[in-house]
Amino acid sequence: MKELLILVVVTIFTLATYYLVEPFAHSQMHKHVESEHFAYNDLPKLTATGDATRGAELVMGGAGCTGCHSIDVAGMPAPMDAVTAAASYGVNPPDLSNAGAVYDAKFLAELIKNPAHALLVEHKFDMDKGQMHPMVAFYGTGGDLDQEVADMVAYLQSIAVKPEELTPAIAYETVCGRCHANHYAKWTQIGTTPTFKYEKESLAFQIQVLEYQDSLVKYMGTLPPDLSIYIRSRGEHYIETFMENPQNYLKGTAMPRVGVNKHAAEQVIEYLKDSGDAKRHEREEVGKYVMIFMVIFAIFAILWKKQVWRDLH
Amino acid sequence: MAHFTKATSVHDWLNQRLGIDTVRRVMATEYWIPKNINFLWAMGMVLAITFALLLVSGIFLLMYYQPNIATAFDSVNYTIMNEVEFGWLWRHIHGVAASVVFLIIYIHMFTGIYYGSYKKGREMIWISGMLLFVTFSAEAFSGYMLPWGQMSYWAGMVITNLFAGGSLHADGLVEWIRGDYVPAQAFLTRFFMLHVLLLPLAILGLIGLHFGALRIPHVNNQDGEEIDFEVEAAKYKAGDKAGSKVIAFVNDFLSKDMMVVAIYLIFFFYLVFYHFNFAMDPVNFDPADGLKTPAHIYPEWYFLWSYEILRPFSTDVGLIAFAFAQVIFVLLPFLDRSPNAVPASRRGLFQVWFWLMLVDMIVLTAMGKLPPEGVFSTIGLYAALTFIALWIALPIITMFEKKA
Repeated sequence: MKELLILVVVTIFTLATYYLVEPFAHSQMHKHVESEHFAYNDLPKLTATGDATRGAELVMGGAGCTGCHSIDVAGMPAPMDAVTAAASYGVNPPDLSNAGAVYDAKFLAELIKNPAHALLVEHKFDMDKGQMHPMVAFYGTGGDLDQEVADMVAYLQSIAVKPEELTPAIAYETVCGRCHANHYAKWTQIGTTPTFKYEKESLAFQIQVLEYQDSLVKYMGTLPPDLSIYIRSRGEHYIETFMENPQNYLKGTAMPRVGVNKHAAEQVIEYLKDSGDAKRHEREEVGKYVMIFMVIFAIFAILWKKQVWRDLH
Repeated sequence: MAHFTKATSVHDWLNQRLGIDTVRRVMATEYWIPKNINFLWAMGMVLAITFALLLVSGIFLLMYYQPNIATAFDSVNYTIMNEVEFGWLWRHIHGVAASVVFLIIYIHMFTGIYYGSYKKGREMIWISGMLLFVTFSAEAFSGYMLPWGQMSYWAGMVITNLFAGGSLHADGLVEWIRGDYVPAQAFLTRFFMLHVLLLPLAILGLIGLHFGALRIPHVNNQDGEEIDFEVEAAKYKAGDKAGSKVIAFVNDFLSKDMMVVAIYLIFFFYLVFYHFNFAMDPVNFDPADGLKTPAHIYPEWYFLWSYEILRPFSTDVGLIAFAFAQVIFVLLPFLDRSPNAVPASRRGLFQVWFWLMLVDMIVLTAMGKLPPEGVFSTIGLYAALTFIALWIALPIITMFEKKA
């Protein structure tokens, strides 16, 4: 009984110390941001029902999207390679093949009408000061603007992969990958690092990456960090709420709101777990067996003690 | 030259040459331990097992770790964590054990303080134990440098800066320790050497000394009773195991030790697999960057109490207070003026002193991590002053202690 009391005292002091230096201290050091579950409540709802066929005509024609963006699935190639595009726009404009699958519909609509507002970078791109966002706003081709925008969103959704086909790699590469490298996943801002036979090919590729990064630094102010193990340095909750709105944590940051939907955000986090915590499934599996082994070991240890001490009392 | 006969068995062959029966008797079956003990007496074995886990996991990590500022971070976080089979397991065992070993050390220390196990011939046990605490601290700190993350770099910067001695401005000493103006390649390589060679050697030696120091004064018991070990051992050997006040180290004491170790290992492996983040600070998963100071720099939890004794004061006073905190525990056997080697519960004011000290160190630990602002820095200041006051009060209250 006395031993039990001692154990209780030791446990209470240990837990109190743990609580103070871990959950409590971290709650005091870091701002807590509640997730909005990617609702984007500040953006207006889509009022019109989109027509994908009319949307296709606008995207390929009147709205001029393909002047800068490629659409691989529709056979529209990129007007320039990634390095040249970054030199012109600051960052390579994304391929639109899966935009409809990874971005929230309300966000896409707002992005087409008012990019700086949708991306929450109006502090950096202020029209009144002549600071133009590299993506030109769409003012309509003469019809009802909201209807035209809804049509374009409907088109992008119609060509994109189905939600169940959206892989972590598609999500990351579309949403994050043009600014953030992930060298544990062999990803650079201009694509996956190929396997090279000759060193000069490898060096030529590195030069391309460096040139792209130079443009990015000019555009963003600093090189966006490599996200290889952000899952361990920042944690899932931080990444989720940061993606929803970077201004939550870094007021005035050049990083735009990326406007992912909930499913795509989960896939991005899955990608980050694959690069930064690759052995998590194995850890859980092995953990189970080790715990079972330790419990059996403890039972035998207790029985042995009882047997030895029977003669001592 | 001893007389050797033709061996009748492998055992006999070894026994003639190494005296293994004698070794076994002296070290195990006739090494006497008091019977009146509780599970806190098993912390030594728990520490030995944890140290073994650190050593074995460390050997595996050492096969892949690269002590180079360009590759260290990825050799840990990519090669070991993602590529090497079960590298993640060794790393998590190593990281969690490095943190948990300090929890057990503190429990072990406070057990010694509570039961007065540093007095009446047991001073060297205490002193060698405190030397182990200091070398373990250095071992933990040097190991923390190796992943070369942000916290490695900046903790290395802050701690080596302490050697400038405030107003003494001994910057030359700091540069000599770092091998450079700032933590860089020379710094990483020398802390690597300390972590994998010099300090483990010192620890092994000190463990030997710590065990040796137990031999003559014997292990204390939970009532502070003075036991005549020869008389009680004779009783045990005559077959009166139940009546004897002592037990044999093997199997009697060992069976109890292993029971506690087994239960501890359940807790330990739960942490390794399901709750390891407390031992691996998220900030250290950002690579070291000398141009980007982290918003909060704090040491691992086991250094927080002494860090908080440094922090609330001006530089020079803080350094003196910090130096005081580092050495004062070593002097405990001499500052406690009472001859009573009994549990604190029978020592009047000392009991109050014990619990105040324990709570004060937990408060210091908590404040050491929190940002030094507002009420936290006030609490930290008073807790640091309380720590110093308690040590000044110790010789006085123990001098007037009644004979228990």
